[in-house]
Amino acid sequence: MKSLKARKHDLALVDRQLEILEDNQSIGIDSFEDKLQQIDHYPLKPTGIEVFQVNVGKMCNQTCKHCHVDAGPDRKEIMTRETMQQCLDAIRDTDIHTVDLTGGAPEMNPDFRWFVRELSALGKHIMVRCNLTIIVANPKYNDLPEFFSKYKVEVISSLPYFSARRTDAQRGEGVFERSIKALKMLNAVGYGKVDSDLMLNLVYNPTGVFMPGSQESLELQFKQKLKDGFSIDFNSLYTITNLPISRFLEYLVISGNYKDYMEKLANAFNPVAAKGVMCRNTISVGWDGYLFDCDFNQMLELNINNSAPDHIKDFDIKKLNNREIIINQHCYGCTAGAGSSCGGATA
Amino acid sequence: MDKTYYDPKDLKKFGDIAEFGPELAKKFFDYYGDVFKEGALTSREKSLIALAVAHAIQCPYCIDAYTSDTLEKGADEEQMMEAIHVSAAIRGGASLVHGVQMMNKVKEITMQ
Repeated sequence: MKSLKARKHDLALVDRQLEILEDNQSIGIDSFEDKLQQIDHYPLKPTGIEVFQVNVGKMCNQTCKHCHVDAGPDRKEIMTRETMQQCLDAIRDTDIHTVDLTGGAPEMNPDFRWFVRELSALGKHIMVRCNLTIIVANPKYNDLPEFFSKYKVEVISSLPYFSARRTDAQRGEGVFERSIKALKMLNAVGYGKVDSDLMLNLVYNPTGVFMPGSQESLELQFKQKLKDGFSIDFNSLYTITNLPISRFLEYLVISGNYKDYMEKLANAFNPVAAKGVMCRNTISVGWDGYLFDCDFNQMLELNINNSAPDHIKDFDIKKLNNREIIINQHCYGCTAGAGSSCGGATA
Repeated sequence: MDKTYYDPKDLKKFGDIAEFGPELAKKFFDYYGDVFKEGALTSREKSLIALAVAHAIQCPYCIDAYTSDTLEKGADEEQMMEAIHVSAAIRGGASLVHGVQMMNKVKEITMQ
């Protein structure tokens, strides 16, 4: 499978995605803005940036059907060392404690390891969103578990299900088997083990048109199945709702499920989750240095608003903390049910 | 055919039964909510039971609802199909066990 962009699909254009999303009237649901107004929570304001999420590129060794980045081997957008340096300069003297590295497969950026070393030297807690299979994709990546452990990088990895059938249907043929192999390699250096400070967290996201169930209950099932079936340990499971953008939007439209899914998300709107959305304490940096309220807004090219500079070279934390967060209909994904964020459920 | 007895959209209107009888509807939905809470059985186990019963009573609304619900609760296709076989086994068994009644009657009314 190729990316939407490589296929020249009309959903590769963000304007087309936004056109579909913003037609909430034909679905018969409120606009997300109206929904926030109803709970007196509009405009949405930050609580203060604590997490600095950097998308170091759209290149990936996988082409997952639900990918909101439209990542894949055919994507060449990659963050330069110069932009990484601007990120380091921006956060050096701030209270931002955590840097969340994502992609694509972030490890495919040629300056990834340099960036991790520099971030570590600044004393920042580093998280990497590792797709697991990259560890076994090429011998040059086989030492990633050791590299991560050296810098105490928290590893967050997608594993949508504890069986091959469901995992491979979403992430590609053979992905489950390779993911299990990579998880064993992470366990072997101490990741996810009791009494270890090397954190290995898994991400569950539904493999279809349904919302995640209870995070606590799914974590118990995953722990039992992965331990009994594969002797694998991990720390926590984060449940994440699929947002209706990019390739998941393509799937929703093609399968005829878009309207039902949006209705489902809107009907499950949870005011508590709305108050705990991750964009309130996170800033997202694109591969080219532009700033966004979250990784999803980044993919929809919804740059942060005019009250703060929108490029890392002009990073101004004070202005960013006073900005208004850009919202759209996809935000229903983060406020449905128990809520959803890069750190799992929020309510 | 533009009209059918079952319309998938009606499932979303289940709560509307309160219009013709709010007190009993409230009692029912409160009870329903409590039944499906985590208890001695997990909510996933309860959802799988509901899926099996949905097939036994052949309720299209319930089949749609509990297919989604069991998936959300983390059940997989294998577990869901096993639940339906339990339903089929009980239904089939319920027919077959009456075969004993038939045999009794045969023996009663025919020369042995």
